[in-house]
Amino acid sequence: MRMGPGEFVALLGANGSGKSTLLKAVLGALPLAGGRASVLGRAPGEANRAIGYLPQRRAFDPGIRLRGRDIVRLGLDGDRWGLPLPLSWRRARARRGPSAADRVLEAIELVGAGAYADRPIGECSGGEQQRLLIAQALIGRPELLLLDEPLDSLDLPNQAAVAALVHDVCRSAGVAVLLVAHDVNPLLPYLDRVVYLAGGHALEGPVEQVITSETLSGLYGVRIEVLRASDGRLVVVGQPEPPAHHHDRHEHAHAHSHAHAS
Amino acid sequence: MPTATLMPADGANPQLSWNLVRDVGQLLEYHFMINALLAAGIVAVMAGVVGWVMILRRETFAGHTLSMMAFPGASAAALLGVPAAWGYFAFCGAGALAIRRPVEGGRGSWSEESAGIGVFQASALAVGFLFVSLYGGVLGDLESLLFGNLLGISDGQVLVLAAVAAGALALLGALARPLLFASVDPDVAGARGVPVGALSVAFLLVLGMAVAATSQITGPLLVFALLVAPAASAQAITARPAAGLALTVVLGLAVSWIGLGLSYFSVYPAGFFIATISFALYLLVRVLAAALRSRRPQRLTPAPAPPPRGVIA
Amino acid sequence: MLSQEFMRNALLAGTFIALACGISGWFVVLRGQVFAGDALSHVAFPGALAAAAAGADERVGLVLGTVAAGAAIGVLGRGALAWRGARTSAALPADDAAIGIAFTFILGLGLFFLTRFSTSTGGGSGIAAARTLFGSIFGLGGGEARLAAVVALAVTIVTLTIARPLLFASVSAEAAGARGVPTRLLGVGFLVLLGVVAAEATQAVGALLLLGLLAAPGAAAHRLAGSPAAGIALAGALALAAMWGGLVLAYAVPSLPPSSAVIAIAAGIYYLSRILT
Repeated sequence: MRMGPGEFVALLGANGSGKSTLLKAVLGALPLAGGRASVLGRAPGEANRAIGYLPQRRAFDPGIRLRGRDIVRLGLDGDRWGLPLPLSWRRARARRGPSAADRVLEAIELVGAGAYADRPIGECSGGEQQRLLIAQALIGRPELLLLDEPLDSLDLPNQAAVAALVHDVCRSAGVAVLLVAHDVNPLLPYLDRVVYLAGGHALEGPVEQVITSETLSGLYGVRIEVLRASDGRLVVVGQPEPPAHHHDRHEHAHAHSHAHAS
Repeated sequence: MPTATLMPADGANPQLSWNLVRDVGQLLEYHFMINALLAAGIVAVMAGVVGWVMILRRETFAGHTLSMMAFPGASAAALLGVPAAWGYFAFCGAGALAIRRPVEGGRGSWSEESAGIGVFQASALAVGFLFVSLYGGVLGDLESLLFGNLLGISDGQVLVLAAVAAGALALLGALARPLLFASVDPDVAGARGVPVGALSVAFLLVLGMAVAATSQITGPLLVFALLVAPAASAQAITARPAAGLALTVVLGLAVSWIGLGLSYFSVYPAGFFIATISFALYLLVRVLAAALRSRRPQRLTPAPAPPPRGVIA
Repeated sequence: MLSQEFMRNALLAGTFIALACGISGWFVVLRGQVFAGDALSHVAFPGALAAAAAGADERVGLVLGTVAAGAAIGVLGRGALAWRGARTSAALPADDAAIGIAFTFILGLGLFFLTRFSTSTGGGSGIAAARTLFGSIFGLGGGEARLAAVVALAVTIVTLTIARPLLFASVSAEAAGARGVPTRLLGVGFLVLLGVVAAEATQAVGALLLLGLLAAPGAAAHRLAGSPAAGIALAGALALAAMWGGLVLAYAVPSLPPSSAVIAIAAGIYYLSRILT
């Protein structure tokens, strides 16, 4: 599988098929069992400073009062030793180019989180927290963006908005995007290609070629039907699917009820 | 002032022989021991039953908070010159009314909640120590106040404990069915007309009384040994209420009496033995339960598909 | 007041211990690890008294116990103690009842060693109990106070040095890990540091009360300050205020134990912060 700059690729498959594992392998967090991988011209794990990573979402404890702004800023220098001194102190030093404070502003504006970046992150909604975390991943001006189920547990309008946002970033900044998802539909308008994992095998190609009844049946080894609804959405029927094991299932339920209540 | 170790009046150190009957007989010769055994037994039964319900209702935190209130209660009583029991009951009762459940669900903050509980715990203990110091700094009492004192339990105290236990258990018995319903499924129970809120307050009061009573035996710091350990062990063995409660009572009596008996024959206080035996019991039960579980036939759902082999077609 | 040596010693040790407690406490509250602080304070009691019963310096047992416990929690506890709901998948998953029973046993152990100590010395157990459980800051000698101050200062400096990556790891663990932050090492290291803080704080305010000095200033600072830098600084300042206020008050009112005064002020600050926000 090859990905170039500015490409938007979705990684799909049933639970347990290895999507998150693949992302972690790209990051060098898990060793490869076989084969080779080259990430930004280096071995996995060596080029991580140029990669933006959004892990599977765990909602922030509602009591955390750090502002979104502080969370975003961590993407810039959180890995360096020392104190998280206020950025305004550093502004005086910067002579060329945008200061760190400017970059934080820029990242926040990019994801459209300006309205709530100064609110305690524990009080932000699921979609808002997600955007701020995307800003954290983007602030380092990465060449590759890895997103692990960013749309999971968001309501439909937010799913559409986040998908559009990621696509924007992909096109305008030329960032390669590999996005893990359960449901391909929110991403359909933006995808270049999909990679579909099942039963230890994988398929890659444009959506129309991969997500068809014949192709998926061949991949799974059981009869799969792909139906197209009248509004263009795709429904995959017949996947054998082990029960989902989300470690933040608890938060999912509450994120939903919170979203509906507000 | 008496320390928490049990010594017969003549000062000789009783030795544990291998003749159990003779040892127990020797123990029972002393009136203070009989009172101690009665008190411990009454408390073990009460704490066991109340603790069983408390675990069911997942209100262990409340038991913990109330035990923290017991220390300032007892030391306030000492300061005022009244029996410690009054202080225990008064403070634990007041505390029970003041406890508010932490916010359930999405809005609750784990880190805030635990910080709040930690600060309250420290505050209660700080106030208790203040009372002890104001009392004139007779620090020999501190150990009894913290870890219980089984010497010199008067007949009157035994009667009071029996009365409180009888009242609490009678109340629980009367409310058993609606309480069980409200504890296990509060929403449905509420919809069916069960007064969930009132039952909650009533139970917290009973819990306060149980904590206060247990504190007189084990001291506020070791309350969980009788309040939680027997019931938790029973619940690890069986989920059925009747069997579980019976088992809890048996385990509680065993733990408290064996602990008390052992302390009679050694210099170490009863609280230590009770805490250690109850912990060992609980550990044993959990390990056995886990071992038995892992031997049973495996899952009903298919295992997830193996991860990809690193090559994408 | 400052002409009295015991007061100078108390202020010296107390200042740096408070600083360490406040700053570590800010992270403890952030990471949801107040409960781990509770565990460490429980272990401090038998640790100190086991050493005393063996005839050694109490502080040795104290530090060994709390550091070992901190390391154990860091290595074994992982998800169970840091994040609610993310329990470890061990065969014996931890829950409220289990933890409470274990804590009770640990306190019972402390009682055991207390009894050993007092029977071996023939002295009253109450004084030994009071010293370990409620602190002895007015009883510190010059050497003890200086050592405590130095250790606390060292812990503070280390904590401030790892502040940024620790913050990142606490808030976005996987993203931090991807960026090369050694999250697991930091997690264990932080708990070991916390063990040392607990040992120092036990000498000042006692094992039973140290949770107050750890949690109250940190929790108050979280409510009052927005940015991490401000929060950390404020937590340290509030802890200092509680310590100084408590010591001065206890000096002025001799029947007031210093540890109670310090914790009362710290708690008051926390409750005030709740009212204000």
